[in-house]
Amino acid sequence: MKTENQRAWFFVLPVLVLVAFNALVPLMTVVNYSVQETFGNNQFFWAGLRWFEEILRSERFHAALGRQLLFTVTILIIEIPLGVAIALAMPRRGFWVPVCLVLMALPLLIPWNVVGAMWNIFTLPDIGLLGWTLNNVLGIDYNMTQSPVAAWITVIVMDVWHWTSLVVLLAYAGLISIPEAYYQAAKIDGASNWSVFRYIQLPKMKRVLTIAILLRFMDSFNIYTEPFTLTGGGPGNSTTLLSIDLVKIALGQFDLGPAAAMSLIYFAITLAVSWLFYTLMTRDEP
Amino acid sequence: MAEIRLDRLRHSYLANPAGEADYALKEINLTWQDGGAFALLGPSGCGKTTLLNIISGLVTPSDGQVLFDGQDVTPLPPDRRNIAQVFQFPVIYDTMTVHDNLAFPLRNRGVAPDRVETRITEIARMLELEDQLGTRAANLTPDAKQKISMGRGLVRDDVNVIMFDEPLTVIDPELKWKLRSKLKELHQQIAVTMIYVTHDQTEALTFADQVVVMQDGVIVQMGTPVELFDRPQHTFVGHFIGSPGMNLLPCEVSDGGATFHGQPVALEGPIIRNGGDTQIGIRPEHVGIGPHGIPATVRKVADVGRHIVVEADAAGTSVNAIIDRDPPERGAQVHLAFDPARTRVYADGWIATEEADP
Repeated sequence: MKTENQRAWFFVLPVLVLVAFNALVPLMTVVNYSVQETFGNNQFFWAGLRWFEEILRSERFHAALGRQLLFTVTILIIEIPLGVAIALAMPRRGFWVPVCLVLMALPLLIPWNVVGAMWNIFTLPDIGLLGWTLNNVLGIDYNMTQSPVAAWITVIVMDVWHWTSLVVLLAYAGLISIPEAYYQAAKIDGASNWSVFRYIQLPKMKRVLTIAILLRFMDSFNIYTEPFTLTGGGPGNSTTLLSIDLVKIALGQFDLGPAAAMSLIYFAITLAVSWLFYTLMTRDEP
Repeated sequence: MAEIRLDRLRHSYLANPAGEADYALKEINLTWQDGGAFALLGPSGCGKTTLLNIISGLVTPSDGQVLFDGQDVTPLPPDRRNIAQVFQFPVIYDTMTVHDNLAFPLRNRGVAPDRVETRITEIARMLELEDQLGTRAANLTPDAKQKISMGRGLVRDDVNVIMFDEPLTVIDPELKWKLRSKLKELHQQIAVTMIYVTHDQTEALTFADQVVVMQDGVIVQMGTPVELFDRPQHTFVGHFIGSPGMNLLPCEVSDGGATFHGQPVALEGPIIRNGGDTQIGIRPEHVGIGPHGIPATVRKVADVGRHIVVEADAAGTSVNAIIDRDPPERGAQVHLAFDPARTRVYADGWIATEEADP
């Protein structure tokens, strides 16, 4: 027989307090701002849902959201298959395993703003290695501070460079957990390489790939530091992603109300998509 | 279906094996007739899985040949040998239904769809999986999964041999017995050559017509379960098979006879081989407690239901006897009587007495 015991709550309490102070309380202040208007002097006036309505109708928000979605979808489409492909190509045992793992982990160890600064210098047309080579050796007119297309390509390539490793490491962890017997059985069953991938490797990687996609979705959807240090959202507004736009509204224009409303909408979208995706991916697991 | 012959097979996992010790398998010559049920029995690490993987083609031997019906298949990969293998842990394709799992090896070989369906229906009936054909294989119990792995081997009607690598390890004890009899029944139905690898003597002896006992990469004896029990060729077989295993008593050999601490012991026949280390071997089943024989002190008496196991100490050597009734008291002084027809001498592990004329 199971006895009901309420004492467990007591043990959860410290965590609840901690979460309350570092997440719930700040979030509530944002909620507080989002329904009020201020003209400074610490004076606030009730605004109701006006800011939410305004943000949801604003073309500026739609454009930023569109850019954000384009960015996230593009990097997912590139990073997930590329990460899986690299993981498949990596050796499973022997001398090269640690070498590959360390090489893969390197980009993940670099601080985000350093990544942005690094790529900024790397792509400068006059002194950056990549920028100079493209312009002067290959004869391609490349300047990401002037061309939106070049800026977009640079932002995406930078993200792929920085984050594909995460997908690789997760996919690799999934791959090496497959017992040798599966490959042997597949060989005996006469399975092709594609069948081995489709029916053994991919299903066994499903869990880690779900996590990889989830992490990459959340991180890329909330990305700020790297594109901000690289392009500052430009040229024009062409690489102004949601978070960059949010910071502009909140700290540039000091429109606390609309910024708070936008934060909450932004948060709701991230949460909803993550929840929906995770629920769908794990729905038929025992 | 095929006869399987292993010809001077040796295998080392090292690139340049230097001596005998570097070989996981040491010179194996063996013929398994077509359609038989065979078991490879031995403790963990004796080389039985290596041998199995060489037959299936997952491992290429360092020396020697594997022949199916006289045809050398040594260089062929597993999928071209027409073999099937069931592994220790059930291997199933998680995302497929039971039906598609069974169809997989046939579809990979381009078998016509209607033929695939007939085979699946047939095999599912044999394995009693008919009701589960539509379910996803991932949600099944371990024994059902293991049946599917078997089924994937059985659906192909061209298999030369089906190999089982300790297939009942992860199965619950009660289902183990059921699955084992199912296997035996299947073998009788389709008469395909089956090789069963195990370290469990009960599994080996109940499944196989012929059992190969291995130790340290060497085949110590091949024979029917009765032969292995009655006349072990090596002390290892005597010790490994039987519960408790064969008694081994150090002895001195002189003038064609054996003595145990000065007392002569009658043997099945004359000693024909000599070696440095000689031992008398007798199964507990053939040791009686009577008025004459080797004096001993009873150390332990265990009633195991069907019979009584008496453990006695004879001049420092532990000897087991299995008797039916009237067990002696613990600590009693008794005499152990050996059945002469079942008493043998082993020299350096190998049998050294000649079999008495029947």
